[in-house]
Amino acid sequence: MWNYTEKVMDYFLHPRNIGELPDADGVGEVGNIVCGDAMKLFVKLAEDKKTIAEAKFQTFGCASAIASASALTEMLIGKTLEEASKLTNQDIADFLGELPEEKMHCSVMGMEAFQAALVDMHKRHPELDVPIIVEETGENRIVCQCFSVTEGKIREVIQKNHLTTVEQVTHYTKAGGGCGGCKDDIQAILDDVLGKAKAAKEAASTERPACQLTTLQRIALIQETFDNIIRPGLKADGGDAELVDVNGDQVTVRLAGRCAACPSAIQTLKHWVEAKLREKVSGAITVVEAK
Amino acid sequence: MESSTDIIYVDNNATTRLAPEVVEAMTPFLTTWYGNPSSPHPFGNEAAKAIVHAREAIATLLGAEPEEIIFTSCGSESDSTAIRSALETQRGRRRVLTTAVEHAAVLNLCKYLQHNGLHVDYLPVDSQGRINLEQAKALINDDTAIVSCMWANNEIGNIYPVEALGQLAHAHGALFHVDAVQAVGKIPINLKDSSIDFLSLSGHKLHAPKGIGVLYRRRFTPFQPYLIGGHQESGQRAGTENVASIAGLGRAAELAMAHMDEEQSRVRAMRDRLEAGLVASCPDPLVNGDRQSRLPNTLNICFRYIEGESILLRLYETAHICASSGSACTSGSLEPSHVLRALGLDYRSLHGSVRFSLSRYNTDAEIDTILQVTPGIIRSLRELSPFGRL
Ligand SMILES: Cc1ncc(COP(=O)(O)O)c(C=O)c1O
Repeated sequence: MWNYTEKVMDYFLHPRNIGELPDADGVGEVGNIVCGDAMKLFVKLAEDKKTIAEAKFQTFGCASAIASASALTEMLIGKTLEEASKLTNQDIADFLGELPEEKMHCSVMGMEAFQAALVDMHKRHPELDVPIIVEETGENRIVCQCFSVTEGKIREVIQKNHLTTVEQVTHYTKAGGGCGGCKDDIQAILDDVLGKAKAAKEAASTERPACQLTTLQRIALIQETFDNIIRPGLKADGGDAELVDVNGDQVTVRLAGRCAACPSAIQTLKHWVEAKLREKVSGAITVVEAK
Repeated sequence: MESSTDIIYVDNNATTRLAPEVVEAMTPFLTTWYGNPSSPHPFGNEAAKAIVHAREAIATLLGAEPEEIIFTSCGSESDSTAIRSALETQRGRRRVLTTAVEHAAVLNLCKYLQHNGLHVDYLPVDSQGRINLEQAKALINDDTAIVSCMWANNEIGNIYPVEALGQLAHAHGALFHVDAVQAVGKIPINLKDSSIDFLSLSGHKLHAPKGIGVLYRRRFTPFQPYLIGGHQESGQRAGTENVASIAGLGRAAELAMAHMDEEQSRVRAMRDRLEAGLVASCPDPLVNGDRQSRLPNTLNICFRYIEGESILLRLYETAHICASSGSACTSGSLEPSHVLRALGLDYRSLHGSVRFSLSRYNTDAEIDTILQVTPGIIRSLRELSPFGRL
C-alpha cells in the first residue's frame, strides 16, 4: 500500500467540490476507464469572465487521483484564468504535501483536465481571451500504445518536472508501464529533450492545440456498442471478442471462441466490427486485432 | 499503526496470522534448541526429531508418505524446483502447458522459459475462470515435459480439476505439477493414488510463518535438485534446515487437519453471508469466479464504476478492514490483475474488484461490520465517479 500524506488522505476521505456544473463555461475530460483513471473537470467563470468562480470534479481512480482532482478545484477557485494557466502538476503535488513518485501521473492528469477545460472554454466562448496552453512541440504521435501517451505529453512532463530517467517518465505519465515496448523510444525522447534543454529557446512553437482528447462518453459508447451489439453478434456465430484498448480512433480487439482460430477472423473484424462501431460511434474508427 | 488488535483481517489469501500453537511449537527452536539437525551430538538431535515429526504431520495432511516431503524456503521455490526439474529430467521434451491464471511464481517462470526457447501454452479460461479439459488435451503431446496447474486460484478462489488434468498429462508421459498453495488447509487433499507428481505448498497461507514451503515429490518421480550443496533433505534440497519454521509448519498441518470441517462449514457460511449481504446491498454487483467450485473462504466481487484502491483505503479508514484488490493502482504495476483480465471482464468492472478472503480466525461480528460499512463506501465513491451513479 502507498504512503500518503495526511493531506492526501484528508482530500481523499473528504473531497471538496464533487459533482457537475450544468452551466459550466468549460469542461475538460481526460484519461479513460481502460487505463484505470479518468477525470472530468467543470469550470465556471465569475461575472468578470476572467476569474474562476466555481470548479467541480468527478474522478474515477485511486486515492491520489481523487485527492489531486479535489485539490486542483480548490486551487483554481478565485484565480484568474491567466494565473490558473500557470499552475503545474508540481503545484498540485506541493499543495498535497507530496505524492508518491509512482502516483505523480495523477497530478499530471489534473493539469491535463484543466488544459482540456480551457480548450473547451475557448470553443464555447471564442470572444474570450482564453489562455490555451500550446504544447511546445505539439507532437501527437502515440509513443506508449498501452496507455495512449503522446510524444508531446512526454516532452512536456520531462521539461516541467526535470525528469532524467525512463522510470521517472513512467511514474509521471504511465508511458512504458504496460508492455514496456516503448522504453527505448522514451529514452530517445529524454536524450533529445535533455540535449536540447540549453538550446530550448530556439525551438519554434507550433500552433496546434493542447491535447487530443479521449472523451469519456466516447469510450463508454464504444464499450456499450461492444457489449450490446458486437459480442452478442459474434456469440451467435459461436465466437466472442474482448475490448482490449481504445486509443484515439483505434480500437483494439481480441477474438475468442471460434473466431480466434477462424482464418477469416481478420476479415470479420475489419468488416463487421468496424462497420458497427463506425455506425454507432464515429466514422473515423479503425479496428485492429490484439497481438 | 499502533496496534493490530482492532484490525478486521480478511486478506488471508495474501498471508495468514500465525496460529498461537504454531508460535509455541517454534519457540524452543528459536531459543533453547538451536542445534543443527545434522550434528552428531544429542543437542542437534532435538532439532532433527522436530523435523521428522513435522514431516509426518505434513504427509498426513496431504495423504502422502514422509519421504515424499521436501522442505523448501517458500511456495515459489517449490514451483520453480518442480518445473525446472521436469525440464531437466525429460530432456528431449520442449513443451510446457500451464494456465493463464497461475500465480506469478509459475507464470513468470514460464515466460522466462519461453524467452529461453521453450514452448509454453497457457490454457485460457472462460468468463467464470474455468479451464476446458478438451482444450488441454489438444495442447498436450509427446513433446510435453510438464503440465502445471494450480489447485485453487488465489484471486477468485476457483478450484481446478487437477486429477483429470494429471491423467491427460500422463497419457503422453508428461509430468504433472500442482501449485496447491491456496488449497492446502482449505480443502481436503489426498495424494495417495492421485495423478499428481509434484505439489507445492507454502506455510504462510496456513497460519505457519512466511519463508517456509514444501515440495511434494511422488516417490520415483525423476528429480533434479534446484539447490545443490549439502546432503539435507536426502540430497534433494541443500541448505541447513529452517528448523523452527519447519516445526511451526508441522504444527500448522495438524491444526489444519483438526479444523478442516470448520473451513467447510463455519468459514464457508461466513463467506456466503458476506457475499449475499454485499450483493443485496450494493447495486450492480458482479461476483467473480466459479460459484460451483470455489474455495470456501474466498469472495471476489467487482463494484463497477469505481476503483479498487479507493475502496480498500476507505474500508481501512472506516473500520480497519484489510482486504485486497486486483486493480492496477494497488498492484503498482499499472495493469489490472491478469486473472481478472483472463476472465474477459469489461473495463468498467475490472478496476473495481475487491477480494475478501477469510480464515477460521474471523468472526460473525466482523462480517457484520463489513456488511455495515461497505454499502456506504461504494455509494459515496460512485457519487464521485464520472462513469456511473447508482
Ligand atoms: C497460488 C500461489 N502460488 C504461489 C505463491 C507463492 O508462495 P510464496 O509466497 O511462499 O513464495 C502464492 C502466494 O503468494 C500463491 O497464492
